[in-house]
Amino acid sequence: MEAILLESVLAPYLPAFLYFAVVAATAAGFLIASRLLGPRRRDPLKLSTYECGVPLLGGTRDRFSVKFYLVAILFVLFDIETVFLIPWAVEFRQFGWLGILEMFIFLGILIIGLVYAFKRGALKWD
Amino acid sequence: MASIPLFLSAAFHSCWLAQAPALETSKSSPNGLEALLQRLVHSYPAEGTWWGAIAAMLIACLAVFAFLNLFALFAVWLERKVSAHMQCRLGPMEVGPHGVLQTIADGIKLTVKEDIIPRVADKVLFIVAPIIVFTGTFIRFAPLPFGDYLVASDLNLGLFYIAAVGSVEVLGVIMAGWSSNNKWSLFGTIRTATQMVSYEIPIGIAFVTVAVSAGTLSTMQIVEQQSGWFWHWFVFRNPFLMVLSIIYLIASLAECKRSPFDLPEAESELVSGFHTEYTGIRFALFFLSEYAAMYLVSGVAVVAFFGGWYLGIPVIDRIGAAPDSSALAFVIGLLIKAHVLIGKAVGLVFVQMWVRWTLPRVRLDQMMSLCLKVLLPISLACLVGSALWDLFMGSLASGKEYSMFFWLE
Amino acid sequence: MRDIRTEEMLLNMGPQHPSTHGVFRVVIRTDGEMVLETESHIGYLHRCFEKVAENVSYVQVVPYTDRMDYVCSMINNLGWAEAVEKLLGIEAPERAQYIRVMVAELNRIASHLLAFGTYGMDIGAVTPFLYAFRDREKILKIFEKLCGQRLNYTYVRVGGVSFDITDEILKDIEDFCNYFEPDIIDEYNRLLSYNGIFISRTANVGVIPRQMAIGYGLTGPNLRGSGVRRDLRKDEPYCIYDRFQFEIPAGSGEQGQTGDCWDRYMVRIREMTQSIMIVRQALKGIPSGLHLDKKLQLKVKPPKGEAYHKVEGARGELGFHIVSDGSEKPYRVKTRGPSFCNISVLDELTRTGKCMVADMVAIIGSLDIVMGEVDR
Repeated sequence: MEAILLESVLAPYLPAFLYFAVVAATAAGFLIASRLLGPRRRDPLKLSTYECGVPLLGGTRDRFSVKFYLVAILFVLFDIETVFLIPWAVEFRQFGWLGILEMFIFLGILIIGLVYAFKRGALKWD
Repeated sequence: MASIPLFLSAAFHSCWLAQAPALETSKSSPNGLEALLQRLVHSYPAEGTWWGAIAAMLIACLAVFAFLNLFALFAVWLERKVSAHMQCRLGPMEVGPHGVLQTIADGIKLTVKEDIIPRVADKVLFIVAPIIVFTGTFIRFAPLPFGDYLVASDLNLGLFYIAAVGSVEVLGVIMAGWSSNNKWSLFGTIRTATQMVSYEIPIGIAFVTVAVSAGTLSTMQIVEQQSGWFWHWFVFRNPFLMVLSIIYLIASLAECKRSPFDLPEAESELVSGFHTEYTGIRFALFFLSEYAAMYLVSGVAVVAFFGGWYLGIPVIDRIGAAPDSSALAFVIGLLIKAHVLIGKAVGLVFVQMWVRWTLPRVRLDQMMSLCLKVLLPISLACLVGSALWDLFMGSLASGKEYSMFFWLE
Repeated sequence: MRDIRTEEMLLNMGPQHPSTHGVFRVVIRTDGEMVLETESHIGYLHRCFEKVAENVSYVQVVPYTDRMDYVCSMINNLGWAEAVEKLLGIEAPERAQYIRVMVAELNRIASHLLAFGTYGMDIGAVTPFLYAFRDREKILKIFEKLCGQRLNYTYVRVGGVSFDITDEILKDIEDFCNYFEPDIIDEYNRLLSYNGIFISRTANVGVIPRQMAIGYGLTGPNLRGSGVRRDLRKDEPYCIYDRFQFEIPAGSGEQGQTGDCWDRYMVRIREMTQSIMIVRQALKGIPSGLHLDKKLQLKVKPPKGEAYHKVEGARGELGFHIVSDGSEKPYRVKTRGPSFCNISVLDELTRTGKCMVADMVAIIGSLDIVMGEVDR
């Protein structure tokens, strides 16, 4: 048991998991403490939504335009790229010039995509 | 101020030393303090049982967590003081000397306040969101060192872990804003999602470039590579990394939702943004997370670019580092290193505050185009440039002379 | 992108919102962050000034004028006092005239400082606000010495001013002028006016072209920001403004188009320099003599008739139309408030289709409204 625990690849993550447990427990503890210590005097106005001092005007569960889809796609494009780059980056010295050439091709394709997105007006807000 | 890291690092040692597996200090005759230290140093894994190891880890985690909470409290006070003195005011002065206990008083007040959940809110998400934000922020600290050997968990994917877990916080913020069922919160949420997601890209590329230079993602090893004179720090390694460190600092402001990128909670536009409906302790959790995140991005910047725990003056950095040095010298060396790292990070936190109280806020479209049209292309160019530099210098000069200041030696 | 249908959202901004400068309410129809249309609602601070004025004596109206544009009460007092004096056919003593000019210009600076500070805050910079308050405080201290009040002065009365100015206060005013100009104004410019982010947030935003400004009856810095050099102090001098040398700054599209938020903002900053010039000249020329026509202090009974008098307030043309039936109380009072007219342009400014929610805040701030005077 302990050999598996201490020698596996995941061993360094054990403290991270423990840490996660500590943090989550503390956060929940804070909330529980507040629930126990704080007063509970409810009234309808206190529980109403903040709408700058007037009764609610329309809902918030509508479909909402944020140009967010394009931002999300651009994010996926480059975040995935970062993920692909990381193994390359760590082993970069071993790959040498050939490795860097391959990565240039990869980056080049991505940059073409980015330029295309700009040309299509992905970042124009009006 | 100085006493806080001193006290904490003293507290750290007792627990961290316990989990430094590769440690080989002197085997000189044990007596008194040195015996105690050596026992701590060698308790794991040499004679360790699994529950002993876990207990040591747990103590380490608690110490990190305690430090961060104290730091967050301190940073809130610091921010109020810094802003006050920049604005010809005094700031908090009443609770404790120069108001140092003000944040604690505020914390107590927030804890005993009524905990309000708006009627129209999505209750489960509303309750869970601050926990997720708080947890998501604080677990990012696991691989962040506070000094040599002082790390909760030395992951081989250190930087990547920090970047990846950072997305959890975004989820929490989105949950908070959406579940509040308030239009201002919704706007804040959308802005957060857009902003934090976009600025992860330049940060990710900065990390990749550091990994290219260091050949590893482990935070401890990255710092180890920056030992020696201060021009061995990655920020001075080549011009591209210098540019990237600035890009990282800008992007990290956005990542922390700090001015000039405080659009998610822009108080003059969105009242309070995503936490408009949050009161009491829930609000305090968001608040603590924000200040902890400030330390996190600063700490990561120090580790990745500014030499970590190394002061950049080998005479000082070598204290206690030699294999035959006494345990006392070793501990003194650790203390110095912890102070150096925490000091640098607090310095960068101060810069973040300075920026916040100086600059106005950018607009959403400006924020986006700054990220995707300016920072992203420049950071990509720096990645390529830095890789070429390393390859070229590596083939040109034998050995470690990658720094652009190698001629100084 | 066009295929994804999204719904418009009604966003209610105000009356309780940090950047509506009081209790202004705008209902914004938005498509995401873009503002499609706005609808302004006013009246949350309505206090029936005009009706109240019919029921109190001419002298007693003065405190009510304080509470209209409460950040530059001196000029409100001045407008009312001069309107009544016009009705009476008298003029205030020479010394009182000089004091009036000085306090009016100092109050204009205080008001522009508030506008500067809150505008910085609207754009997200908090520090300029506290810098502005640091300096506004100095003016308020002078006023406090002068009349014991810091906000609602009731200082300029029918027939003069309520207290005489002492040499000590004159010295304070001179010290303030030397302190404030040019160093402090330069500091503001370095901190905010020429900050890159500030310019990018305000230049080319909320552009009011010349014709539109005139068409909506804008006055004050908002009109001058659009490049129209109209200032009652110069064009139709009242009080003793014709004796002083000063310039009228106007927007010229320095950072973007003429009439954008930056131009309106900058007009205010430049006007502060001009006001200091006027105060300095008044300090040199102030004669000795009476400060108040004591007969008029308590009781005023103008003859039948009517009078309209307008002065240049910090926000534009402030006019009082008084109808007298020969009694101690006005028969009817009508006020022309600058903020009330200036705010009317908001709905058209936001209908350009290029305005974002953040720009709304920048535009409202640049118009520098005071709700106390809009709603009266």
